[in-house]
Amino acid sequence: MANGNGRVGLRERISQAGDHIRTSQVWSSIFRPGSPFRAGYTDSPRNRSYVIMNNVLYHLHPVKVKRHAVRLSYTLCLGGLSFFLFILLTITGIFLMFYYRPTSPQAYLDIQALATDVAFGQLVRNMHRWGAHLMVLVVFLHMARVFYHGAYKPPREFNWVVGIVLLTLTLLLSFTGYLLPWDQLALWAVTVGSNMGAYAPVIGDQVSFALIGGVQITPDTLLRWYVLHVLFLPFITVVFMAVHFWRVRKDGGISGPL
Amino acid sequence: MAGLPDHLLRRSAEARAKAEGRDVEEVLAELKGEAPPAPQQEAPAPAATPEPAPAPPTAPEPAPAPAPAVSGAAGPARDLNAESASSGVPVPLLQRAMEGRARKEGKPVPAMAGAPAAAAPAAPSQVAPAAAAPAAAAAPAAPPAIPEGVTTQRLLTVVKAGAIQQVKSSPQDKVNVWPHLLAIEFVALMVVTAGLIVFSVFVDAPLLEFANFNEQPNPSKAPWYFLGLQELLSYFDPQVAGVIIPTFGVIGLAVIPYIDKNPSVKPSDRKLAIMVFSFFLFASAVLTIYGSFFRGPGFNFSFPWTDGIFFDF
Ligand code: HEM
Repeated sequence: MANGNGRVGLRERISQAGDHIRTSQVWSSIFRPGSPFRAGYTDSPRNRSYVIMNNVLYHLHPVKVKRHAVRLSYTLCLGGLSFFLFILLTITGIFLMFYYRPTSPQAYLDIQALATDVAFGQLVRNMHRWGAHLMVLVVFLHMARVFYHGAYKPPREFNWVVGIVLLTLTLLLSFTGYLLPWDQLALWAVTVGSNMGAYAPVIGDQVSFALIGGVQITPDTLLRWYVLHVLFLPFITVVFMAVHFWRVRKDGGISGPL
Repeated sequence: MAGLPDHLLRRSAEARAKAEGRDVEEVLAELKGEAPPAPQQEAPAPAATPEPAPAPPTAPEPAPAPAPAVSGAAGPARDLNAESASSGVPVPLLQRAMEGRARKEGKPVPAMAGAPAAAAPAAPSQVAPAAAAPAAAAAPAAPPAIPEGVTTQRLLTVVKAGAIQQVKSSPQDKVNVWPHLLAIEFVALMVVTAGLIVFSVFVDAPLLEFANFNEQPNPSKAPWYFLGLQELLSYFDPQVAGVIIPTFGVIGLAVIPYIDKNPSVKPSDRKLAIMVFSFFLFASAVLTIYGSFFRGPGFNFSFPWTDGIFFDF
C-alpha cells in the first residue's frame, strides 16, 4: 500500500522482498511443503503433520505421540537432553580441536593458551568440560527414569541393552577426555582409573597395555586417547544412538502411561 | 456367509459365475443361502448316501452344522456342496484338497472315482478306513485324527481384512509432535544451553600444574564417576573392587530386562524390583559422595569442613 506521498513505504518493501524470497525457487527447494518457513503456511492439522513428515526430523519423531509422552514429568526430557548434550559437546569439541595438539608438553600449553590467546577459548573449554560432566549425570538419570517406569520391559528389552552400551560409551568418552589437558589432575586421575583395569584376571596386563599404549602412561597415551576421544568413541556412540532412537520408535514409541 | 458385506459377496458371485459359466444372480442367491446350491439340482445324490437332504427350495438352506469347512479339520461325513456354499470354496477345489490329503496319508482316494466334481453331496470322510468307503461314511464316525506334523490348508476366496491385519488400531489419545513436543524440546534445549553458558562464565574448568610423572599428588582420585569404585578399593581386594564388581555391575544392568519377568509397570506391582534397584542406586551415590568428599590424604577418612575438600571436577 502506498503511503501519503504516493511512495512505497520501507516496511512494505521489506515485506515484498520477503515474499519474493519465500516464493523463489531456491527457497521452496529448501523448505519442503508444510514447512512453517514456506510461503503460505497456515496452522492446520494437515500442515502440522507435514511439518514432521517433510522434515529431516521425521527420522526422529513420528507425526503424533501419545499425549502423556509430551508431559515433561514423564521423560523429564532426560533422553533428549543426553542427545542434545552430545551435540553440544561435539560442537564445542570441534572448536577446541582447532587449538589443541595431543603431544607433550604442547597439549598442556595449548589448554593454557585457550584462557589467554583464544577468543572465548576459556568459555568454550568450560562448556565442554561442564557439559561432559552433566552428560554423564543426565544419562545416568535417564537410565534411572527408564527403570522406574519399567520401560525396559518387552518389547523394549534390547533398547535397554543398547542404553547400557551408550552409558558405557559415555563414561569412556568422558574418561578419555579427562587425560587431554595433560596436567597433574589429568595424569593421576587417569593413572588411578586405568590401574583398576590392570587388575583384570588373565588379560589385565594386556587390557592396560592396549589402553594406555605401554606399561605406563606416556605421551604416546595422549595421542591414543585423543584419537579415541575425538573420533573412535564418538563414531561408535553415534551408531548406537541411531539404533537406540530407531528402536524407541519401532518399539511403539515411548512407553507408558503407568 | 454371515457378516460378509454385500459388495464382497457380489464380487465373489460374479467371479464364480464367470468361472462356471452360470448366471450371476443364481450364484449370488446360492451364496447367500437363499437358494439350494446348483449342483444339487443338477445331480441328485448317489444311491449310497442315505440322506442327501436337498433343502426345500423356498426355505433358506440351514447352515451345515459345525461348519467344518473353515477349520481345515476333516469332519465326519462331508457334504461338499454344502461346505462349498458355506465356505465359498468351489467344489472342485474342495475335492482336490480331499484327494490330495488322502494321497498324502497313503489312503485310497475316497470313492468318487469318475464322479463329476459336483456329484457327491455327501462325500465319505476321506480318512475313513479304506475298505469302508461309501457305507461307513454316512455314519457319524469319530472325527478322524490328523496325523501329527500334517498341516492342513484351505484356500478361501474371501478373506476379511481383520483376519490378516489390524486395519483400525484402537483409538489413542495423541497429540501432534509439532508444535507440542517440539516446543517443549526447544525450551528444554534453551534452558540447558543458557544454564551451561552462565555456569561456564562463572566457573572455570580446573587446570593444575603440568603433568609430572615423578610427583603423585596425595590423594590421587579417579574422575568422580569412578570414585565409588575407588572407594570400594579400600574395602576389597583390587580384583574384586576393580574388576569383578564393575564387570558384574555392567552385565547385571544389561540383563535386567531378561531377569525381571514381571510384565506389570505399575509401581505397586514391582516393589521388589524397585527396592533392589533403589538400593544399588543409593549405595553407589553414597560411595561416590563418600569417595569424593570424605577422603583426604592417603585416601583416609576426612571431614570436608575441617580438613578441606580433596576433589576436582
Ligand atoms: C548417550 C546416551 C543416551 C541417549 C542420547 C538416549 C536417548 C534416548 C531418548 C531421546 C529416548 C526417548 C525417550 C526419553 O527421552 O526418555 C530414550 C529412550 C529410552 N532409553 Fe535412552 N538414551 C541414552 C542412554 C540410555 C541408557 C543408559 C539406557 C538404559 C540403560 C537407555 C534406555 C532407554 C530405553 C529403554 C528407552 C525407552 C524408554 C521408553 O519407552 O519410555 N538409554 N533414550
